[in-house]
Amino acid sequence: MLTVAQTALELGLIYSLTVLALFLSYSMLNVCDLSTDGCFTLGAAVGAVVAVAGHPGLSLLAAMGVGVCSGFVTALLQTKMGINSLLAGIIVNTGLYSVNMAVLGGSPNINMNKTVTVFSAAKSLLAGTPLAPFSDIVVGAVAAALVIVILTLFLNTRLGLAIRATGDNPDMVRSSSINPAFTTTVGLCVANAFTGLSGCLLGQMQKSMDVNIGQGVVTIALASLLIGATVLGRGGIALRAFGMVVGAFIFRMVYGVALRLDMPAFMLKLVSSVIVVLALSIPYLKSQWPVLRRRLTAGKEAR
Amino acid sequence: MLDISHISKTFNPGTVNEKKALTDLTLHLDPGEFVTIIGSNGAGKSTLFNAICGSFLTDEGSIKLGGEDITFMPEYRRARSIGRLYQDPMRGSAPGMTIEENLGLAAGSGGWFSHMTARDRARFRDQLALLDMGLEDRMKQPVGLLSGGQRQALTLLMATVNPPKLLLLDEHTAALDPGTAEKVLKVTREVVERHQITTLMVTHNMHQALELGGRTLMMAAGRIVLDVSGSERAGMTVDDLLSRFKAGTGKALDNDRILLS
Repeated sequence: MLTVAQTALELGLIYSLTVLALFLSYSMLNVCDLSTDGCFTLGAAVGAVVAVAGHPGLSLLAAMGVGVCSGFVTALLQTKMGINSLLAGIIVNTGLYSVNMAVLGGSPNINMNKTVTVFSAAKSLLAGTPLAPFSDIVVGAVAAALVIVILTLFLNTRLGLAIRATGDNPDMVRSSSINPAFTTTVGLCVANAFTGLSGCLLGQMQKSMDVNIGQGVVTIALASLLIGATVLGRGGIALRAFGMVVGAFIFRMVYGVALRLDMPAFMLKLVSSVIVVLALSIPYLKSQWPVLRRRLTAGKEAR
Repeated sequence: MLDISHISKTFNPGTVNEKKALTDLTLHLDPGEFVTIIGSNGAGKSTLFNAICGSFLTDEGSIKLGGEDITFMPEYRRARSIGRLYQDPMRGSAPGMTIEENLGLAAGSGGWFSHMTARDRARFRDQLALLDMGLEDRMKQPVGLLSGGQRQALTLLMATVNPPKLLLLDEHTAALDPGTAEKVLKVTREVVERHQITTLMVTHNMHQALELGGRTLMMAAGRIVLDVSGSERAGMTVDDLLSRFKAGTGKALDNDRILLS
């Protein structure tokens, strides 16, 4: 059980960065960014290539940088070219597959067994301390904590408020002399920077990455987001952002336990799909329930 | 303050749905003037506001505000000097954000990365207290919890927290119950008076149109057909206004929501 929890915490912390990215784009900006899968892979690919070249620290910045570029393109398609936001994400996602293959030099995967990564660096740094066996968790926790702090500070600036208002009431943003195209662009750039970082860290922790590393990440992250919002949905931004990390952990925990109960690993994506469907449909079904009940009872009385 | 000269706007030109919404309309407003506008359905009142705000570009003519030509300025840039309230009280504030966050966004002092300071909060609290709705003690609550009247009052505060050059009120009390409407109207009068804001207000309440401000316009078919102010307006009754409208257009005022009392 302890190993299940440890694995859940390691993966949960790293995936939580993507969940926090969706927290910004989906919960705040009200844009469902379907380029997340491709951007996650892009971050992992660029991060791996830069790390293999001998720059583990730089790999993180590079992954975030390419994330910003990817988010910028997605935003450009929807704000300046009039493409529906869902479609813009899908288009970018498709295009990114080729970009990712190109980054990887045409081969579908990269091995980082002998590469110095932030994780191996942390391991040698923490060697001999009581934290040594948990070095992966430490890296993930530091990353998640930094992102939460940055996100909280950012969302409380005037720009952050404008981004939140863009998702909440675009009419009002226009009448507050703010260009919604600008706030959407900034929001997507920042969100995708976190997604790229998340992919980069996952690749480096697993010491290998392949071009399918990001497949289905958007659904997994959305499931974690919805779990997190249920657990810690009310309160300030910092608390809600922390809830995202908790959601990612709970999701991984449930999945880990299911694996223990002999659920095959390939079921992960179906499980996450079902969670997302349940979380999104329950509020609607709840609102429909009184009507349904009336109909059922009325039917009985008629008989 | 506001100089509109010879603007025209035709929607769907060249189709069966062609609609001349504004026809060669010219209007001049002095600084600090409070002008009420009445008119039939489809007279072009809201279209005039949309033209001033920049929701669309006019086909002809020019619009100047405070000496600056804003004819081709995008909507969000004009919003810096124009405050606008709509009939729908939900339209002017973000329901998922708190009262102070909404005000902070509207006040927009400082750069993009500035945070709300304790001084900002104190200022918002003072201004909220003037509304006399108890909102000053609910600054951390999301706006979605407020009633329509409270939200409209908040929107008014947001529109005037940095006094704009021009305030456009588009039947902003029409969707509220009479008591709340009275209160929002009272607040409107106080705010406009305090900051000496040039104001245009569309209303369907004839009594209000004569009572508020110092000048009344009547619109029909995209034109201003009646413009009364000063002593001529002071002695006017609702009946006078209606007969003048009929004399000006040859038709009785036709508005399904008009209030004559």
